[in-house]
Amino acid sequence: MAEKTVGKPIKRTEDPRLIQGLAHYVDDIKLPDTLHAVFLRSIYAHARIKSIDVTTAQKLPGVVAVYTGKDIAQKIGPVPCGAAIPEMKVPDHRVLATTKVYWVGHPVAMVVAENKYTARDAIDLIEVDYDELPAVVDEEKAADPKSPVIHEKFGSNIAYKLTAGEGDIEAALKAADKVVKHKILHRRLAPIAMEPRGVLARYYPGEQELTLWTSTQIPHLCRTQVALMLGIPENKLRLIAPEVGGGFGSKLNVYAEEAMLGYASMQTGRPVKWIEGRRENMQATIHGRGQTGYIEIGCKRDGTITGFRYNVFADMGSYFQLLTPAIPTLTGLMLSGCYKIPAIQMNVTATFTNKMSTDAYRGAGRPEATYVIERAMDLVAAELRMDPVELRRKNFPAPFDNNSFKTATGLFYDSGNYQAALDKALKMADYNRLREDQRKARSEGRLIGIGVSTYVEICAMGPSSAMPAGGWESATVRIEPTGKVTILTGASPHGQGEETSFAQIAADQLGVEVNDLTVIHGDTAVVQYGIGTFGSRGTAVGGTAVYLALQKLKEKAGKLAAHLLECENVSFSDGKFCPAAAKAKGASVPEPVVPVGQAPGGSLPEPNPSGKQISIQEIALAAHLAKNIPPDMEPGLSATTFFEPKNFTFPFGTHIAVVEIDPETGQVHFQRYIAVDDCGRQINPLLVHGQIHGGIVQSLGQALYEEVVYDDQGQLTTGTLMDYAVPRAAHVPWFELDSTETLSPVNPMGVKGVGEAGSIGATPAIVAAVVDAMSPFGIRHLDMPIKPENLWRIINKKAGAA
Amino acid sequence: MIPTSFDYIAAKSVDDALSLLAKHKDDAKLLAGGHSLLPAMKLRIAQPKLLIDISRIKDLNYIREERGQIRIGATTTHFQIETSDLLGRVCPLLPEAATNLGDMQVRNKGTIGGSIAHADPAADWPASIIALNAEMVAVGAKGERVIKSDDFFVELFTSALQPGEILREIRFTPPKGRFGQAYMKFRHPASGFAVVGIAVSLTTEGSKCAACSVGVTGVAGKAYRAGGVERAMKGAALDGKTLAAAADHAADGVEPNSDLFASGDYRRHLAQVYTRRALETAASKAK
Repeated sequence: MAEKTVGKPIKRTEDPRLIQGLAHYVDDIKLPDTLHAVFLRSIYAHARIKSIDVTTAQKLPGVVAVYTGKDIAQKIGPVPCGAAIPEMKVPDHRVLATTKVYWVGHPVAMVVAENKYTARDAIDLIEVDYDELPAVVDEEKAADPKSPVIHEKFGSNIAYKLTAGEGDIEAALKAADKVVKHKILHRRLAPIAMEPRGVLARYYPGEQELTLWTSTQIPHLCRTQVALMLGIPENKLRLIAPEVGGGFGSKLNVYAEEAMLGYASMQTGRPVKWIEGRRENMQATIHGRGQTGYIEIGCKRDGTITGFRYNVFADMGSYFQLLTPAIPTLTGLMLSGCYKIPAIQMNVTATFTNKMSTDAYRGAGRPEATYVIERAMDLVAAELRMDPVELRRKNFPAPFDNNSFKTATGLFYDSGNYQAALDKALKMADYNRLREDQRKARSEGRLIGIGVSTYVEICAMGPSSAMPAGGWESATVRIEPTGKVTILTGASPHGQGEETSFAQIAADQLGVEVNDLTVIHGDTAVVQYGIGTFGSRGTAVGGTAVYLALQKLKEKAGKLAAHLLECENVSFSDGKFCPAAAKAKGASVPEPVVPVGQAPGGSLPEPNPSGKQISIQEIALAAHLAKNIPPDMEPGLSATTFFEPKNFTFPFGTHIAVVEIDPETGQVHFQRYIAVDDCGRQINPLLVHGQIHGGIVQSLGQALYEEVVYDDQGQLTTGTLMDYAVPRAAHVPWFELDSTETLSPVNPMGVKGVGEAGSIGATPAIVAAVVDAMSPFGIRHLDMPIKPENLWRIINKKAGAA
Repeated sequence: MIPTSFDYIAAKSVDDALSLLAKHKDDAKLLAGGHSLLPAMKLRIAQPKLLIDISRIKDLNYIREERGQIRIGATTTHFQIETSDLLGRVCPLLPEAATNLGDMQVRNKGTIGGSIAHADPAADWPASIIALNAEMVAVGAKGERVIKSDDFFVELFTSALQPGEILREIRFTPPKGRFGQAYMKFRHPASGFAVVGIAVSLTTEGSKCAACSVGVTGVAGKAYRAGGVERAMKGAALDGKTLAAAADHAADGVEPNSDLFASGDYRRHLAQVYTRRALETAASKAK
């Protein structure tokens, strides 16, 4: 019999092709006669375009076309924003700059040429006459009425203001024994997917069809939007997300380049390709985070939290991308963390700045929420001289289920047992002993810090009512005549490993081997409409759709089995149906129905039920031959489901970081890193670990290294990976991981999701550890990224004073 | 990330490369490992019309001992230095410095000659070149000349090599008697280059330091010799206090670089700390 695989750490079926370089990313797809596009991008953060002269560029041999905003800005619809906030200002986001440029990297012209070298040479021949304007760089100063205005017709840089939350915050803060206030910064981060963006467009003039290969997380949503931008019927646009080398939210978007490449192919009648360079990626792919916030948290002397307020300036960049204005609202939803807080208020002032748009980057608004509530809890603990663990425990809700924990942010958390994850992590860390060791080390002048974060996140996005374009996911499962199983998922995995985990779900349901399944995704001409992969939704929503489609399919297969076995009811186990009363005996690994090369004369063998049992593969064959099926049954064996979740899911956990700081240099060295995560049912613990590892690494980057820096003129000073520090293997500690399993009531498998947990839970733990290590110097908070020089300055000053 | 168009010629010999250089002058650039040049070309900072590849010239690639001197051919890769038994025996400073350089892929392709000719102020090799009092042998139309390490690094991205010259060899006399060496580096978290890199090579007599030389990279516009440290170390005891006092001179008379990651003050401080640590490590190895 096929062994059960759900819950087992089986290796990814994707990996052999990835490791051997056999996968096909956009740039690996070669079409004959392909033209190449290169973009001229603004070198100024804010400037008026006086003139653009492309005549010399157009004359360069090999150049096929040069497009400027004047040529095409009105022929292609605006870059879409799917989020809506009451009374928000929406700039008219054209694919190329028209009268003004708004950030360094803003596309000004597109050259299409016989090869990328010629196209790039032509870029240098385009003459743009700019009138430089003062740049708006800081998201808080942008709101100042004296600030220069980016979008003149709005009269100010305020994109929207929003107040969210429930409970009487004024009364709650008044009733508190203490109110702790602090300014908290979330720097801009660059998502840095290993594969930058890339688009290949091919227009078929005869069929009037456009095929677009693009590195995206949302093939169907992108198709809908690009079809609207280009004004072509959606069913004449085929969009394919081939192998996608990571996204982290940066490819949960619709970009100007995607529409422009399609346009160029339609105009030239030839395939056109563009592969983003890393410098372009830093300039013109969305950034994440970017908030300047002010917290106020009220508490009783015993540590009970009475209320929490977060006033925040959220950096939009100069334009909205797909979800830009929605990101701070996700912050607002999660401000309660995993605590009972009766009153919560968030006041957002979202501002335009002369920078690339912000949007969803791994966690998308929730890391900001977790970071501010966790920093707030530590500040309260320091104020009350309480152990940060005890303070957290005091404010936890009792373990709950049935979507029953209501927060003052208007959510009902699905299920949680925060105590269990905390207890497990404390035990792994031997927390009391750690504190003991820390006391000893401090007496020797060593700077050891312990940081604890208890996080909860919102994921498995989500009910459609809460989403801009549908929160469901789709799946088709079909069993081919030869018994092989094909799964078509509307999710669009791009590194998560769902080709493996979805196959595991189906293999167990059907009693077949994982290798008998194939998971197809990303091609809108093949796969039914889907939403995509983001917001830790792949397995919880997309996997559930697969699971439900399997139930439908088994129901039909069961009816056919009963018909063939000539009995009323059948039971199904280990891939075989047998009459309900009897049990399948001697169940074995199902043999292929058609052993390779043995099908006589190309025909298929007749199903041969033994009379006592029949395999699902034999059912599939019978369903396709359709010679002996019930009269009211349709031939074939496939089922499609669109699964709509009734709630989000809320994974949680505890992360503990232990660091030591070199007092001479301020360098932070990890001693230990412990994480206990609860993502509900785990389909494949190896994939769960992989997600946690990656998330912690990105958190570590945020806490200690990463910051997209624009100078006062809006020049991007971290424009390459020589300046922008992404963590490398040598920066990363050993992870001690474990988990608890609290099933979600939202879906039948009890899955919660894990894609972003690490990047949400880890950052506050790491910052807390460094702050804790520095507490002998009176430090209660440090802004990210915590650089060694900052620490050295603090230590040095205090040492000098002592 | 798309370079301008260029021609490529693989030189068959040093003479061949010299005559190509003489013919094409400023239009040509020498290509060895390409790890500095190619990124600069992709950013169009460098736009040579011709690349003269010297990496295939066999008699530029060697590590050998001759008449008490170590000679390293200019196109010897970082990896060859890292794994050289000879160097491991007579001058472990170089293999140690090599392990600090880039990653395995970089070390497999990048060359010592290419690196020092590029004279990046944060590159690793210059510190060791200075600490070993190495000599660079340059060959040009008029024959060979020898450039001392103290004269080789002129300023930011400028070495003493003249147009038309090729760096042929790096040579030095390895330390004799009891000696200790160390290379200590504070890596920039993004680039991996040296925020501060300190190379120390010292010899001892009894319990004292007989001679000590210290090369510093990453701190200033060019790699330099920490003369103050060397003078303080000559004949000094090898105790912690003495070493620390000597290390305080690591950035004397230097205007340290300042950037997003580290200010000038901090760099100066790091130079002192890393010099002390390098001196301590070298001293302990000499015991």
